[in-house]
Amino acid sequence: MIPFLALVLKDLKLFFSNRRAVIVGLLVPILLASFFGYLFGGQGGNAETSKVSALVIDQDGSDISRGLIVQLSGDKNLDVKASTLDAAREAVRKGKATAAIVIPKDFGRDAGHALFTGSSETGANKPELGVLYDPSHHVELGMVKGILTGAVMQSVSKEMFTGRSGREMVDESLAQVENNPRLPAEDRKVLGDLLGGVKEFNERQDRAGASAQTRLSGGLTMPYQTREEAITSGHDVAYNGYAHSFGGMAIQFILFMGLDAGIALLMLRQSGLWQRLRAAPLSRSTLLGSRAVSASLMSGFILAVLFSFARVVFGVHILGSFAGFVGVCAAFSLMTAAFGLMVAALGETVEATRGYSIMATLIMVMLGGAWVPTFVFPKWLRTLTVVVPTRWAMDGLDGMTWRGLGFSSALAPIAVLLLFTLLFGVVAVTRFRWRTEA
Amino acid sequence: MLEVNGITKSYGKLMAVSGVSFRADYGETIGLLGPNGAGKTTTVSIIAGLLSPDSGEVLIEGKQVKRDTDPVKLKIGLVPQEMALYDQLTARDNLTFFAALYSLAGAKVKRAIADALTLVGLSDRAGDKVGTFSGGMKRRLNLAAALLHDPQILLLDEPTVGVDPQSRNAIFENLETLKKRGKTLIYTTHYMEEAERLCDRIVIIDHGKLIANDTLQGLHKLLPVTNVIAVELDHADGFKPEPMLALPEVKSAELDQGTLRVGVHDLSRGAPGVLRWLAENGHSYNHVSSEQPNLETVFLTLTGRSLRDSR
Repeated sequence: MIPFLALVLKDLKLFFSNRRAVIVGLLVPILLASFFGYLFGGQGGNAETSKVSALVIDQDGSDISRGLIVQLSGDKNLDVKASTLDAAREAVRKGKATAAIVIPKDFGRDAGHALFTGSSETGANKPELGVLYDPSHHVELGMVKGILTGAVMQSVSKEMFTGRSGREMVDESLAQVENNPRLPAEDRKVLGDLLGGVKEFNERQDRAGASAQTRLSGGLTMPYQTREEAITSGHDVAYNGYAHSFGGMAIQFILFMGLDAGIALLMLRQSGLWQRLRAAPLSRSTLLGSRAVSASLMSGFILAVLFSFARVVFGVHILGSFAGFVGVCAAFSLMTAAFGLMVAALGETVEATRGYSIMATLIMVMLGGAWVPTFVFPKWLRTLTVVVPTRWAMDGLDGMTWRGLGFSSALAPIAVLLLFTLLFGVVAVTRFRWRTEA
Repeated sequence: MLEVNGITKSYGKLMAVSGVSFRADYGETIGLLGPNGAGKTTTVSIIAGLLSPDSGEVLIEGKQVKRDTDPVKLKIGLVPQEMALYDQLTARDNLTFFAALYSLAGAKVKRAIADALTLVGLSDRAGDKVGTFSGGMKRRLNLAAALLHDPQILLLDEPTVGVDPQSRNAIFENLETLKKRGKTLIYTTHYMEEAERLCDRIVIIDHGKLIANDTLQGLHKLLPVTNVIAVELDHADGFKPEPMLALPEVKSAELDQGTLRVGVHDLSRGAPGVLRWLAENGHSYNHVSSEQPNLETVFLTLTGRSLRDSR
């Protein structure tokens, strides 16, 4: 058997000899990837998200405030409960509720008036709705405010056009028009006809029947609907959040495997085994090259197991170029092997090297988007991540899996990963200390 | 066979080996004796090609190890001081791997493994993981791993460290067998008993420098006395040993807790004179024995300090 092959086979035997470690080493990324995949969209891209807990304090008790609460309660994104101001403040402070909406006294009256005049009945500014919120949930605050806007517009306009408050306002306005001596006769007639028409419309609605089905629902509603389409690899292909999470966790744990391989080489250098290897007629390229090949094969094995699991259990498919996927995996595996060799070359003591390398690995994983997608990063950070190899690996895996891109889209990630392999490899070879400790 | 010519190696300001020279012929066993840190392992590492000397050279059958893949390395088998085995693999898998490093293949590997395991008495444990072996068994397998490619020179760096007396004896027997097969053994130790038992010649190294290089008998000749007569006196109180120095064969005389120790060069000529002198001067005794000075004494004489104290 040629020495190179023997060295590679020995590394693989050692890797698989500890079956418990191998199983745990695969189970942990599978569990984490399953969890993150569920959080970030699940299998159909529409995983059930938890509702935002919102409390409502109705200090008004008007038709408008009651209508507003009904509107809010009907929204699928909110879990609405009535509360008092003190209890709501305490619940938000303790994190038991995300937000609390305070409907102040006379809100219905002032909001109705402000709908037409821009100010409250007393001439003050528009009435205020209080929103108490948990500052750790500022993203949900935006959603609550959006839902609140729509609900207020609908409930206030409905009441003002067809409700009791609106009718009273029409009657009052009609009387004011008819009894205003300063109003020109022509204007009085036009306004009287308009308001009289509204009054007659309301009376006809009443005569038509009291059932909700025959009445106009009334109120302003959003004049549009959104049609959402997830742009994936095809029209009928749903986004699969597990594709990204399994790619991310595979990258993280393969990097840790590479790190372990590097630390093992560092420890080997200080052992009798290293003396025995160096005493044999083996070239340095054989010793380091075999390590690189065995680490790459182990990386490939981990990737294969994780994506096979993801395919069988979560339906993750290589929707893009399979050759591109293999290419990205191979390039990343080589990069990991070179990273491990570099760790072994630069490391002084095992303890210190382990600490520094774990930190470097976690930073690479984090900036590469393996934990959370890079789009949540600020722009400057997104720009910075182009110098992080894991970012390219993630882009490549995403592109070849759920984005369904072609082989040409894998070329850039493969090229960059190979460049990093070369860089790490050169550092490893030039800085590796071959001297045997005597 | 092996020539070590004036090798020097330093690490920064520390001179690990300084001008060490010796040679070893076929079938000869050379003991490198010295305390820990004396430079024995550095010397062995240079011979094995693991380190390049700053100056000097090592010749194996007239050839230097010039590069990592030099075929000259095939003539050397190294038994490192630390255990050089994979605990997770079986004894056979370990040996198969180490044989492959020397490009052994096919039936040759099987035969080499069988022979090595037989020699060290581990044939029945070939299929067991090394992690289950005792320290002594691991030491024996450590030796076996260096024999697979049938090297002419065996470098043994303290191969009995941390083993029980029974395993140590087993290793000695293995080495004696190899010696009989004509192998050249370079054996580093700080145990003088091992060097005395195994070695044809002993190279004493201290602080990186060669102190002596001779046979055991030759080293003994470096001492002022080659034998000590120990006499347990009946009445040691008031005994003065100094007058004995006037006797022609006596080189030293001292009283140590009731035992008179008299150093002589020639035991057969010195002992009768000493005992006659005691009788003539009215000193009775109840026990007489003779002691040969050992390497400890040699080291003490040559370096001014004890081998054991230097460890």
